[in-house]
Amino acid sequence: MPFNMTISPDFKPELISGWYIFNTWLQKKIDTPIHIDLVNDFIELSDAIDQNRIDLIYANPCDIARLVREKNFNPLVQPVGTQDETIIVSSVNSQVKTIEDLSPGIKVAMTDVPDVNTIGMIMLEPADITPKDIETIHCQNFITVAKNVINGQADIGFLLADAYNEFSNLVKKQLHSLITSKIHVLHHALLAGPDFPNQENLQQVLLSMNEDPKTQKILQSLEIEKWQAMDREEAEFLIDLMDTLSPE
Amino acid sequence: MQNMKPEDLASDNYQETELTFFDGTSRKVLYTDIETQFPDGCLIVSRTDLDGVITHVNKSFVLMSGFTEQELIGQPHYILRHPFMPPAAFAGLWKTIQKKEKWHGYVKNLRKDGGFYWVYATVIPNRRNGEIVSYTSVRRKPSVKKVAECMELYPTLF
Ligand SMILES: Cc1cc2nc3c(=O)[nH]c(=O)nc-3n(C[C@H](O)[C@H](O)[C@H](O)COP(=O)(O)O)c2cc1C
Repeated sequence: MPFNMTISPDFKPELISGWYIFNTWLQKKIDTPIHIDLVNDFIELSDAIDQNRIDLIYANPCDIARLVREKNFNPLVQPVGTQDETIIVSSVNSQVKTIEDLSPGIKVAMTDVPDVNTIGMIMLEPADITPKDIETIHCQNFITVAKNVINGQADIGFLLADAYNEFSNLVKKQLHSLITSKIHVLHHALLAGPDFPNQENLQQVLLSMNEDPKTQKILQSLEIEKWQAMDREEAEFLIDLMDTLSPE
Repeated sequence: MQNMKPEDLASDNYQETELTFFDGTSRKVLYTDIETQFPDGCLIVSRTDLDGVITHVNKSFVLMSGFTEQELIGQPHYILRHPFMPPAAFAGLWKTIQKKEKWHGYVKNLRKDGGFYWVYATVIPNRRNGEIVSYTSVRRKPSVKKVAECMELYPTLF
């Protein structure tokens, strides 16, 4: 039986071939059969975690807690220099220019990406808006969030800052950015389940990927500059931090 | 802990009081009416040992407190205690985290320069191998309305 690897469903669709190339290379390199098992959304991912169907995962910071504390996963590596920050946008035509202009009852367009939504809600607190004060418009992806805001269906939208930054100028021109988080510690990470063999070797193999031009290209196809080690205590710190941010 | 010094203050217009802390030490505190706004989008993070001695601070913490990182590490967290804060608030904090639970509250903090800043703080016990080894606090920008309520409420709790 091959081991199962999954990618957090918030990956950029255009990077999917990169993950397949990565997996093909990795299996050979560590001489271990790995099958990519993609999930459609965070609910499916949660089910897969519950049923112990995953051995290797590139995970969203919100899922790291359960993986480490309940499922005994080990953090291996994180991408250098990438951070999950959240931006809240309104339409350029809207009256809303700051967070404090918002009031209860607003319509918020959002995806199911958990860390973006958690941070988005926290950034609404100064206006005294809590989850029960908003009407949610669920969107498949970040560009749909932007469209909902632009066409006036939603008052504001929650976006991953990296996704916003990659929008075309045409889209950005129609959006007003109200606030961007500067948390600097939230990021995705690659974790291995307790049954995955030779994890120290796996970590070493990943850490040296940027040293060989051939594997460097694989990293490029994932838009990752290089991996850096993530140890248990760092994961615990991230988990504690997420814990302080989770709703009461 | 050292008394606050007038030369560290941002203004000559200050008040003075003596605070006594849980460990019996006391300190002369000088404070002004100058508010520093919470930086948008940031979180202020610190970690303490089980006695409330600071072991880690992030950049936003350093910036907002007005101290340097070296001045903060190794100091009791009451270095930020503002005389406006009723002791009952912190008694509740310690009671909650010692029961291994999460605490939330609105806190007015004192800066090195005598000014102040309001935060919405969460403190959690850090569990490692089943034991509590330290505490983490994360502060975020508070609701304007909630702060106004606390400004009414806190003076009644002394
Ligand atoms: C993790 C952690 C963070 C804390 N942060 C603050 C703070 O930002 N400001 C503050 O006045 N007290 C803070 N406290 C509470 C102080 O330890 C202390 O109880 C308080 O300043 C009142 O002083 P006293 O207990 O000596 O009366 C914190 C405690 C912990 C455990």
